Amino acid sequence: MTQNIPIVENILNANDRLAQTNRARIDAAGVFSINILASPGAGKTSLIEKTLPLLKGKLRVAAIDGDIATSIDSDRAAAAGASAAVQINTGGDCHLDAVMLHGALEQLDLTQFDLLIVENVGNLVCPANFKLGTHKTVLVASVPEGDDKPYKYPGTYRGVDVLVVNKIDLLPYVDFRMDYFQQGVQVLNPNVTAFHTSCRTGEGLQAWADWLIANSRKGV
Amino acid sequence: MHELPVTQSLLKIALDHAEKANAKQITALNIVMGELSSMVDDSIQFYWEVIAKDTIAEKATLNFRRVPAELQCMTCFHTYRPTDKELICPQCKGVGAKIIAGEEFVLESIDVE
Repeated sequence: MTQNIPIVENILNANDRLAQTNRARIDAAGVFSINILASPGAGKTSLIEKTLPLLKGKLRVAAIDGDIATSIDSDRAAAAGASAAVQINTGGDCHLDAVMLHGALEQLDLTQFDLLIVENVGNLVCPANFKLGTHKTVLVASVPEGDDKPYKYPGTYRGVDVLVVNKIDLLPYVDFRMDYFQQGVQVLNPNVTAFHTSCRTGEGLQAWADWLIANSRKGV
Repeated sequence: MHELPVTQSLLKIALDHAEKANAKQITALNIVMGELSSMVDDSIQFYWEVIAKDTIAEKATLNFRRVPAELQCMTCFHTYRPTDKELICPQCKGVGAKIIAGEEFVLESIDVE
């Protein structure tokens, strides 16, 4: 005889629970942590590279870089001044999940840092589904990607706390309607904190670095 | 690609509940999947056939109930279905909405014998 068992359980619960464990660990060490999402080429690693010198002498920074392969990103973070850099190679997975971050945290003495930067795998779809346990999620969007991205990836745009619009030096050269872009963001995420930056000219980077410093010192 | 860990999680939840109910076999999983959940049912099906093999869920059918995206305008409270080009309220052109459906990704129930 067939019997129906009601369950109603969120399928990502196992990941979410481990994300809470990660958070407890980060909180216990008193570190402020961010998870950076973006599509490939938006400038995640460049942003980290250009931000680290602005934090020098103010914050001790650890960087965890997720990529399908290679340690290029963590090497760049270390060269730019991160006190520690850990590379996670996902071996084909398109996102970081709480299990991978848990493993990477094992390799760091978190009490030695003020700020933990987690750079997710370049992808606008999957990383939004997998909570890691970090305090804030930062999305790096870039002007050449086009102004329609909030409409195409609502799940990612609505779930972030901070939006960095990068490569604004290219605005005069591409058809990017800032109004249309911002409207798409505003509909789903009216409280997002936004920064406009160019890693090439340095515009807007200080405001972003100041935000990191202010949050890292607030005490978590 | 992210469907592999998701399918493993799905199998684990189903097996845990079947075990609690002393079931001999799981015949179906009833899954609710929102349009905004960015999950692909064909991909889940593909991984399922690999990982459910040799478990009591091996012969289970995966039933997917799809839920379309629905927004509610925070200005005039009109509910509407967004399109891929426009997210603002079609009635008052208001900016600022709440997602009221479409993000679900839930195992609602299982059928067992």
